[in-house]
Amino acid sequence: MNSVHDMGGMDGFGPVVFEQNEPVFHEPWEARVFGIALSARGISGWTLDTSRHSREVMPPALYLSLSYYQRWLVGREAALLSADMVRLEELQAGQASRPPDGDKPPTPPDGDKSPTPPDKLLAGLAKGYNAERQVDAAPRFAVGDAVVTRNIHPAGHTRLPRYARDKAGRIHARRGAFVLPDSNAHGRGESPEHLYCVEIAARALWGEAAAARDKVYLDLWESYLRAA
Amino acid sequence: MSDPVDKLSYDHHQHLPSDMTLRTKALESVLVEAGLVDPATIDAVIEAFETEIGPHIGAQVVAKAWSDPDFRARLLADGTAACAELGYTGEQTTHVVALENSAEVHNLVVCTLCSCYPWMLLGLPPTWYKAEPYRARSVKEPRAVLREFGIDLGEEVEVRVWDSTAEIRYLVVPERPAGTEGLDEAALAALVSRDSMIGTAFASSPNAAAGG
Repeated sequence: MNSVHDMGGMDGFGPVVFEQNEPVFHEPWEARVFGIALSARGISGWTLDTSRHSREVMPPALYLSLSYYQRWLVGREAALLSADMVRLEELQAGQASRPPDGDKPPTPPDGDKSPTPPDKLLAGLAKGYNAERQVDAAPRFAVGDAVVTRNIHPAGHTRLPRYARDKAGRIHARRGAFVLPDSNAHGRGESPEHLYCVEIAARALWGEAAAARDKVYLDLWESYLRAA
Repeated sequence: MSDPVDKLSYDHHQHLPSDMTLRTKALESVLVEAGLVDPATIDAVIEAFETEIGPHIGAQVVAKAWSDPDFRARLLADGTAACAELGYTGEQTTHVVALENSAEVHNLVVCTLCSCYPWMLLGLPPTWYKAEPYRARSVKEPRAVLREFGIDLGEEVEVRVWDSTAEIRYLVVPERPAGTEGLDEAALAALVSRDSMIGTAFASSPNAAAGG
């Protein structure tokens, strides 16, 4: 979707502001939000792609008014409310208003009713979510092929940024086949596709103001590309 | 399956406190009471990212690449496998591509769409990496962004910007500074800052590092 999260190439945000010796978390609540987001038992049907998309559908003015971990908190609240795993009155009161086994919070598909213990969560982090898949189809493009990114403007999730649409480039590398976010974020299945690293000249993106030698590289799924 | 995001709404935001500490406590309390999260698990996640997982890990990878030509070749050919040799893999780091900076080529990593970052090599990203100016400007005017970090590149240097649009995570291998011939891997790793592995800094020279 064309919203403010897709900010590559936008002007007006000012200089980069950096901080020496920045702590991992600036406030204790930021650490708790991060910890909650990683350790709360999964919501049925939610994936990395749905989570990303859930923050993109945040109204643009709200998105820009929130800091990074505020986005995580407000986004997580919205997701849990939407799945009826928590209720607004509970968040207002700061306590659960229904017993765990009573008027059900929904049970995830694996039927596991106990929260994720520390060792299991840490083991999961050490392994990591892997979005690579096997596909039968042969890759359509080879390294060195000239390609053009598609001029698509889907209303839903995509990982083809606006600044890189309808641009001519070249296949720099093949990455393997990966879950297609455009499908998976909407519960339409993983629909894995070949993924390619595409090199685009900075001048093809930004015109003559860009340096002649400079390049931008993006990892793009096969359906984002057509042969030049 | 129905679309999980379709029915999502942010109307709740105006009905909850603006105090983030209160609000986070409320969310945690409700989730713990409902049996959806174990507070000990939250503690463990925070501890891992505050004490164990951080840029010192990526610095070890870079120092090894500087010291061991065979490892360097493996790292550049297959970053995932080379990092896994050292035990470095996991969340947000299942696919790694290493990019070598030199006098001719300068690599810079960004995620314009969100804040993708190699957690298991560099820890959690700094605020500037997640904030609008860096995400918006790095792809369009990387040289101006680099100047704000104190790096002024000549036209003869090719700037390559890597937008992390998929689950591939990038690690910049900065150029090895002069005067480091006799240093072991631990001493070399001390010269490798987080920013140098994103591409917004050079590795430190041994004299500068010794001076703090």
